[in-house]
Amino acid sequence: MPAESETTMADTTTDADTDGQPGQDGHDVYGHHPGLTGEGAQEMAPENVTSAANRLRELGGVLRLSEAEAAALGARMTDDSPPASPDHDQTMLINMGPQHPSTHGVLRLMLELQGETVLRTKPILGYLHTGMEWTGEELTYLQGATNVTRMDYASPLFNELAFSMAVEKLLGVEVPERAVWIRMLMTEMNRISSHLLFLATNGMDLGAVSMMLYGWREREEVLRFFEKVTGLRMNHNYIRPGGVAADLPDGWRDDVLRLLEMIPPRLDEYDILMTGQPIWRNRLQGVGVISAAECLALGVSGPILRSTGYAWDLRRDEPYLAYEDLEFDVVVGSYGDCFDRYAIRLAEVRESIRLVHQILEAMPTGDYRVQDKKVTPPPRARIDESMEALIHHFKIFTEGFKVPEGEVYAAVESPRGELGCYIVSDGSSHPYRLHIRAPSFVNLQTLPHMMRGGLLADAVAVISSVDPIMGEVDR
Amino acid sequence: MSLLVTGSAIVAQQGDPLLFDVDLTAVGIVVGKVLVIFAFLLVATMFMVWFERKLISDMQNRIGPNLAGPFGILQTLADGIKFFFKEDLIPDRAQRRVFILAPFLSFVPAFLLFVVIPFGGDFNDGNAGVVTIFGRETFLQVADPPIGVLFILAMSSLAVYGAMLAGWSSGSKYPLLGSVRQSAQMISYEAAMGLAIIAVVVKTGSLSTHDIVVTQAGEGLGGILPNWGVLLTLGVPFVIFVIAATAELNRPPFDLVEAEQELVGGFHTEYSSIRFALFFLAEFMNTVTMSAIFVTLFLGGPAGPVLFGPGWLWGIIWFALKVFVFLFMFVWFRATLPRLRYDQLMDLGWKVLIPLSLGWILLLVALDLAQDQNWNLFAVGIGAAVVFFCAAMLLRAAVRSGQATRHTLEVPD
Repeated sequence: MPAESETTMADTTTDADTDGQPGQDGHDVYGHHPGLTGEGAQEMAPENVTSAANRLRELGGVLRLSEAEAAALGARMTDDSPPASPDHDQTMLINMGPQHPSTHGVLRLMLELQGETVLRTKPILGYLHTGMEWTGEELTYLQGATNVTRMDYASPLFNELAFSMAVEKLLGVEVPERAVWIRMLMTEMNRISSHLLFLATNGMDLGAVSMMLYGWREREEVLRFFEKVTGLRMNHNYIRPGGVAADLPDGWRDDVLRLLEMIPPRLDEYDILMTGQPIWRNRLQGVGVISAAECLALGVSGPILRSTGYAWDLRRDEPYLAYEDLEFDVVVGSYGDCFDRYAIRLAEVRESIRLVHQILEAMPTGDYRVQDKKVTPPPRARIDESMEALIHHFKIFTEGFKVPEGEVYAAVESPRGELGCYIVSDGSSHPYRLHIRAPSFVNLQTLPHMMRGGLLADAVAVISSVDPIMGEVDR
Repeated sequence: MSLLVTGSAIVAQQGDPLLFDVDLTAVGIVVGKVLVIFAFLLVATMFMVWFERKLISDMQNRIGPNLAGPFGILQTLADGIKFFFKEDLIPDRAQRRVFILAPFLSFVPAFLLFVVIPFGGDFNDGNAGVVTIFGRETFLQVADPPIGVLFILAMSSLAVYGAMLAGWSSGSKYPLLGSVRQSAQMISYEAAMGLAIIAVVVKTGSLSTHDIVVTQAGEGLGGILPNWGVLLTLGVPFVIFVIAATAELNRPPFDLVEAEQELVGGFHTEYSSIRFALFFLAEFMNTVTMSAIFVTLFLGGPAGPVLFGPGWLWGIIWFALKVFVFLFMFVWFRATLPRLRYDQLMDLGWKVLIPLSLGWILLLVALDLAQDQNWNLFAVGIGAAVVFFCAAMLLRAAVRSGQATRHTLEVPD
C-alpha cells in the first residue's frame, strides 16, 4: 500500500496505542507500525497494538453499555491485556479511500479484514475540510447562504433553508406566505433530486451501473428546473434570510407538472430493475442492520433512523414552514437494513411528489421576500429614484445587515436527516459562531456498527445506504 | 453410436481428413487456417469491445464512442495504440517476473481455446462439415482432437492462472483480494460447467467438437426441430452452462474479481499500459470464444440450412449469427443485473448449480437407459422427476436453514 511508505516521514505519533518497540512486531525504526501512515491518532491500529479499552470503544461498547460503565470497564483494562483474538496475525488492515470508487468522495475507512469479513472499521475524516464554518463567521448574513449551500452539495437548498431560518429567528422577521411555499416547493424538489442521486449511486455501488445513469438522468431534469428558477444547477443561493432571491419564473407550474408526470413512471421502472430483482434483494436484505436504540444512542436521524421503524421526521414532529398544512406519510422500515433504507428513500420520492402536488394547489400569491429595507436589498429600479434606497443597497452589500444579539438553533429535515444551523450573534453583521449540525457527519458514526461482521461487499452497500455527502461531513 | 455416421464414411475414420495424408499443401492449409483464426479473433475482439460499449450506451441512454471512425468503430484500435504509449508501471513490491508473465498467461489460452471450435462448413445432406480447399478435403476448424471438449476445459482453467498470479504478484492488498476471489470462483464454477458439458457429451457420445456438431446437424424431434444440444439435454444444462460460463468469464453479474466498486480494479489494479490492455483483450476474447463454445455445444455450431449459394458460406454465416446472440446476451446481463456477493456466488455454484447438473445427468442417463432397454419411458420419466423433486426440496430446506434471516426490530417509544 502506498500508505505504508509514508511511515518514514511520520511525525512523532502521540497515541500510545500506536507506538511499539523498533524492530519488533513489524514496527519500523521509528517504532511505528507499518500499517499506519502520518495521520497519527485518527488511524486504526492493528489489534495487537490496540489497547483493550480502545478496542472496546471501536467495537461499539458504548452502544450497549452506558458511557459510565464503558469508562469503568475501560479503566480496568490495561494496555497489557492480551489481544482479543489469538489469531490477530491472520487479519489484514486495509485502507478504503480517500481515493476509492465507492467511498462517495473522500471518505477514508480503515478496515480490519479476516479473509473478506470486516472485523473493525474506523472512518477517518477531514480530507475535504475547508473550514466552511469559520468562513461563515467572516461573511455577512447575506453572504452566508452562498457559503452554507456548498456544504451538502446534493441538497443545497436545505442548507440555505436552515441558515435562513436561523437568521430569521434572530431577526424576528416573519417571512411572507408565498416565500414559505416557494421554499417548500423548492426543498421538496430538492429532496427528490437528492434521493434520485442516492438511487443512482446505490445502484452503482452494487454493480447495477445502468441505474446510475437512469438516476442521473432524472435528477438532471429536476436540476434543469432549478436552473430555470435560481440560475444555477447547484449551489443556488436562492433561499436567503428574509425570503427567496427571486419569484418563480413564468411557466414554472408547467415545468413542475411535467416533472411530476415524468418521474412516477420512471420510479416504477426502478422497481422493476431493482426492487423486485432477486440479486438486489439478496445483496441488501439483512445487510448493515442497526437498531433504533443504537441509532438514538448515536444521534442518527433521517432514513437510517426511520429504517429501524422509529418514525421521526422533523416535518411532522417539529413542523417548520407550512408543513402542518400538508398531508404526507412518514415512511418507516421494520428491519433496519440496507434494503429498508433503499426502499424508504424510493418511497420518500413518491411522498415528495405528493407534497409538491399539494403545494401547487395551495401556492399563494404575494411577496416573495420580506419588505424590510434593513434586510432585503431594494429593487434595482428604486435605486435610481430614491436616495434612501441607494443607501440601503450600499449598506446591505458592504456592511451587511445587523442581527440582534443571541443564539439560535433551527433545524430542517434534509434528505439525510436533521440538518441544523446554530448561530451565535454578537449583534454585528456576521455570525460570532456558525455551526451546522450535518446529518451525514453524525450518520457516519454508524459505519463501524453496521459493517461489523459483514463482508467487504456489504461494507460498500452500507456506505452507500448511509448516503454521506463529504462536503457536509468535513465542512 | 449410430447417429455419428450421418452418411459420411470419412467421419468414421475419426478426425480431420486433411491430416490422413500430410504433405506441404496440408501444412499450408493448416497454417492458413491458423492465420485466419488469429485475424478473426483479433477483429472479433475489437468488434466486441466496440459492440459492448455501443450497445450498453444505448441501453443506458448514452451515445457511446462515436468519434473514431464510422460509428466509433475504430475506438478500440485508438485505445490500443494509446495503451502502447502509456507509462508501464511495475510496483516496487511486485514479483517482477510473475507480474510480467501474468498478462500473457491469460492472453494465450484465450487464443488457444478457439482452435477446437468448428466455425464453418456444410453440415447438410450428410456432408459432415467437410469443405474442399485446394483440392483437399478438410474441416473448417484448426484442429479436431478426439478430446476437444477436455481441451476446452483445460484451457479455460489455465486462463485462471493469469488473473490469479497477477493479483498475487502485484504486492498490493486489493489485487490480492481479487485473486483470492478469482481462484475460488473459478474452481467452483468449473465444476458446474464441466457437469453441464458432460450432459452434452453423454447425449452426443463424443468428446470431439466436430462430432458434437455433426450429431446436432442431424434431424431432431419430429423432423422439424433441430437436433441441437439444448434440446437433446432438455434445456437445463444449457442454462447452467450460461450461468457458469458467465462466472468463468468474470462477466457481470459475476464480475467479483474486478468489482470496481469494491476492489477498485481487482487483480489488475496495479497494471497499466499495454499489460492492462492485454488483460482487457483477453477478457473480451474469452467472451467471444465462450460464445463460440455455447454455439458448438448447444446450438449446433455452424450447422444450419443452406438458403442459396455455397454451403460452406452458410456455415460461417450461421455460426456468426449464433455467436452474436450470445454476445448480445452478455452485454444485456451487464446492463441489467447488480453484482452478486462473494458468498452468494459460492452458494449459487455449490448449492444450486452443481447438485442440479448432477441430478440432470442422472435423469438424462436414466432416460437413455430406459430407451435402450425398452422400459416404459413415461414411468421412468415420472419416477425420475419425483426423485429429482424430492432431492431438490431436501437441498432447498438444507440451504434455507443455513441462511441468515431478517428480523423485525423493536422500536422504543
